Amino acid sequence: MAMTVAEKIIARHAGLERVEPGQIVSARVDLAMGNDVTTPVAVERFREMGAGRVFDPEKVAIVLSHFVPAKDIPSSQLARVCREFAREQRIRWFFEVGKGGIEHVLLPEMGLVAPGDLVIGADSHSCTYGALGAFATGVGSTDLAAVLALGEIWLRVPETLRVVWRGRPGPWVMGKDMALALIAKIGDDGARYMCVEHVGEGVEALSMDSRLTLSNMAIEAGAKAGIIPADSRTLEYVAERQRASGLEREVEPVVSDPDATFAGVVELDLSELGPQVAAPFLPSNSGPVQQLAGTPVDQVFIGSCTNGKLEDLRVAAAVLKGRKVHPSIRCIVIPATQRVFQRALEEGLIAIFLEAGCQVEGPTCGPCLGGYAGVLGPGERCLSTSNRNYRGRMGHPEAEVYLANPAVAAATAVAGQIVHPDDVLS
Amino acid sequence: MRFEGRAWVFGDHIDTDVIIPARYLVSTDPAELSRHCMEPLDPEFPAKVRPGDILVAGENFGSGSSREHAPMAIKGLGVGCVVAASFARIFFRNALNIGLAVVECPEAVAGTETGDLLRVDPLAGEVANLSRGEVWWARPYPEFLVHLIQEGGLVPYVRGRLGVR
Repeated sequence: MAMTVAEKIIARHAGLERVEPGQIVSARVDLAMGNDVTTPVAVERFREMGAGRVFDPEKVAIVLSHFVPAKDIPSSQLARVCREFAREQRIRWFFEVGKGGIEHVLLPEMGLVAPGDLVIGADSHSCTYGALGAFATGVGSTDLAAVLALGEIWLRVPETLRVVWRGRPGPWVMGKDMALALIAKIGDDGARYMCVEHVGEGVEALSMDSRLTLSNMAIEAGAKAGIIPADSRTLEYVAERQRASGLEREVEPVVSDPDATFAGVVELDLSELGPQVAAPFLPSNSGPVQQLAGTPVDQVFIGSCTNGKLEDLRVAAAVLKGRKVHPSIRCIVIPATQRVFQRALEEGLIAIFLEAGCQVEGPTCGPCLGGYAGVLGPGERCLSTSNRNYRGRMGHPEAEVYLANPAVAAATAVAGQIVHPDDVLS
Repeated sequence: MRFEGRAWVFGDHIDTDVIIPARYLVSTDPAELSRHCMEPLDPEFPAKVRPGDILVAGENFGSGSSREHAPMAIKGLGVGCVVAASFARIFFRNALNIGLAVVECPEAVAGTETGDLLRVDPLAGEVANLSRGEVWWARPYPEFLVHLIQEGGLVPYVRGRLGVR
């Protein structure tokens, strides 16, 4: 029986020879993750379930990322619940402020996810780990509590939507543009309940950072998972990080059978794709940057689990080097993790941002979800490298969020209005 | 299990940032969360809803963030049931897990306006619009979910699995 990557990984973790879409199975979990917003609710449910100990403290990660360093008194309590639970349960992968960052950049960076793994995260962007050839999906707090108690989760086996990327990405085109172009093509719920599987030379040519961005935004198309089957680049990336964390283990890449059944196949040609911008209030509302060129903004945000990685900061710095943020706006840069921050510092990227007049913050989700460090007021407009431009996402319901890649964001910061990077560099 | 109440109709792609904005996620109390439910669309909504009312929405209800605070806020209003043309998958799971009934029935959504009196039987899949004298049938749940709903959600289910009384 031919199967897709998702079906193979789920079957293996359910102890079954084969599974098919629509089937509900109970699957073993390799890694369970929660953050400072979702974990406290999960801890309440865990107690209500009458569970004493987590299924395996070596397979649990708790990451303080959303409202840290504590933005107010209630959020200090959320972090405290996480801290105390991690201590009580001897959680191996608890990441304190100053030692971690945003979970979706951090866990791959730490070598905690490998091809073929099944990962459950209590955060919708947990689909990011699919870029490593794992089956990874986001859930809520009660689901996380059940996983912590049982080490298993009930899953409906998803149909797989295959996306074939022809050609290679051109100048200024990154994983973000591919994600936005795909969502524009299939819609905000175009992959609802499905697993998106990205293949083709366009994906093979992509850096791991850009692959992580592409998988990260599977959820914005409604998908359950966004998988990029592992290749030599993935294996090298994972092996290097596992070694650094002392986590070397046998890794078995999983690919779809040639005659596997897909719910659909979408083809996109990268040779025709330029930088994209998504206008409010849906990510599907995206098109070439030229269509929105000249739109004035009040703020630019470069960061988040989507675009706060080293590659993103390098690209932004290449545009901002020797230039200044436009005097009428502000630009906020937030490296996604402590390690990204450190590397950016060593490479001189942080100096470029500071010199350009950017505000640089320590790792946090911060303004992406209107948490803090760049919340928008009524009528304000922000061009952001994050993932959602929903109404009220970054603050006031009357504020507007435009989504783009870090090159467009940096160029927009210089121009004070939405602009193609070429127009700033020329 | 049966719900009867007034309908509140919303459009497509109602995301969890609209259902409960992130700035209120510092609380885990359903009553506190409910005071801000749907605030970006209608700040008066929590004051207008009565316990027993039914939420009705278009496609992709509950899209976006995995915050369980969204179904918690709805449940905190005393709303027992959401009928939508379709649900985003994390919201669908979260709702069932915490015992908020979710019924997928596009026909019922198309035939209902705010203020109509609805009667919903989730397990039977029946949605009746008593104001208009119409009845629609939702797609039945898979067997496992029927079991989960009958148990009252994931907490009682896991207690059973763990042998906790």
